[in-house]
Amino acid sequence: MDKFSYVNATSLEQVTSLLSESGWGEVMLIAGGTDLVGELKEYIETPKTLVNLKTLPGMDSIEAEASGLKIGALATITDIAMHPTIQHHYTVLAQAAASVATPQIRNVGTLGGNLCQRPRCWYYRDEATHCLKKGGDTCYAVDGLSKYHAILGGDPVYIVHPSDLAPALIALGASVKIVGPEGEKTVSLEEFFTLPAANPFRENVLEPNEIVVEVSVPAPKSNTRSFYLKAREKGAPDFALASVAGVFQMNGKTCEAASVVLGGVAPAPWRSKEAEAALIGKMINDAVSQQAGSDAVKDAQPLNDNAYKVTLTQNLVSRAAMMAAS
Amino acid sequence: MPEKEKKQGTNISRRNFLKGVGTGTVAATVAPSVLIGSEKAADAQTGDAVASATIQLNINGETYQVEVEARTTLLTVLRDGIDTGGNNIDLTGAKLICDRGECGGCTVMVDGKSVYACMMLAMDAQGKQITTVEGLADGENLHPVQEAFIKHDALMCGFCTPGFVVASAALLGENANPTLEEIKIGLSGNTCRCGTYPFIFDAVKTASQKM
Repeated sequence: MDKFSYVNATSLEQVTSLLSESGWGEVMLIAGGTDLVGELKEYIETPKTLVNLKTLPGMDSIEAEASGLKIGALATITDIAMHPTIQHHYTVLAQAAASVATPQIRNVGTLGGNLCQRPRCWYYRDEATHCLKKGGDTCYAVDGLSKYHAILGGDPVYIVHPSDLAPALIALGASVKIVGPEGEKTVSLEEFFTLPAANPFRENVLEPNEIVVEVSVPAPKSNTRSFYLKAREKGAPDFALASVAGVFQMNGKTCEAASVVLGGVAPAPWRSKEAEAALIGKMINDAVSQQAGSDAVKDAQPLNDNAYKVTLTQNLVSRAAMMAAS
Repeated sequence: MPEKEKKQGTNISRRNFLKGVGTGTVAATVAPSVLIGSEKAADAQTGDAVASATIQLNINGETYQVEVEARTTLLTVLRDGIDTGGNNIDLTGAKLICDRGECGGCTVMVDGKSVYACMMLAMDAQGKQITTVEGLADGENLHPVQEAFIKHDALMCGFCTPGFVVASAALLGENANPTLEEIKIGLSGNTCRCGTYPFIFDAVKTASQKM
């Protein structure tokens, strides 16, 4: 990797001030580093300065109150997966966190880093490939090898968003606090992520001088059942081929409310209003759950190598619905 | 890329051969830091930017003072670092294999938790208790995990073994009596291409009964 200098963060003001010195890529933030260090080693990013966020006090806390959760951006994925309240009341989030990568990565990887990690697309990650995501003029997945690419929302960049936490948090109705030079703002996590049609180069609304500092999650109602189902190519840790975060309010077998968010199939976590509409107000049985599955993928447009993801996603959605009713 | 200099002569032992494998690509990132000779130290109070610094690392209960570039990983320091007294740190138990945080060969403990040393910057390891496989045994008395690996013959080529041993020790530090499923999850960040997994899982179970 190229040389850079290293700064310990002392305050959010200092961090946003350093970030404001340039555009993307000159000054970058490091927390766990498990994504960034890989990008540095591949020369995908060549920053002049890294700002170490881990010296910021209090940003790794998890506060669980009756009204909901507040999770600092520096909380590790292990902290989230092992938190008793999250395991008990925010099951989809604990399951998603436990499904991330490996113990070694969960021990240092952070919430903020998981949400802001870059795509795993093999063209994007290849130093020699100047693809559309990196400012070129071609998304090579379109005519190239596309086994792990998007089936929804791809045009014109067919990456998939790699986060497991994001679909779970969106399904729970989370919002994210962002700090910039002008102060702080809160946006819903669903609106935090963006599609390549809006901006092919980034995956979210962050400006170059903004930083994610906290995620808030409202407490689920007592009749909530939630699940994170993740299909991987192998039994060992891997990114999702497809995943579904489902949060259901159930009255017996009747679904009163549903949030269904897909991971691994689109450039952003993909809220499936179609699957939700197929479930809400219905008594869930085989036919209803299968309808939800097929509705979830009715707009899917697979590339050459990833039509399998359509069936996979469909079945994951159906299975999540059946689990809610069982 | 310059090879790390090792005076092996004609008497190349298996251990020295394995120690030498895979070090070629990292030597270049650690050598310049020594040549630069910056006196600056990374300072959390002032938030000054440093391209290199003399840092203190606590490894296996000993304090090492070492000059590193900002881009130097913890694994590079452990294997190829030279302290400010000119001594090789030479803790080559953690292996450089995939160098991308996937295979687990470089697993060490940081404050008791397993981490990939190849993906952690050395500067990020300041102020932490770092434990490598060399720090598990108490003198001649092996760690229960090490004894159990021998008892169950839980290795073939042995290249992944230090990573598995450290990951197992970290797992047992957090969960003294894991189930088979918990052992599999706890070791899911380590890869053994010889496929000795069943023996490794048995070894961890045996070690858990002795701890």
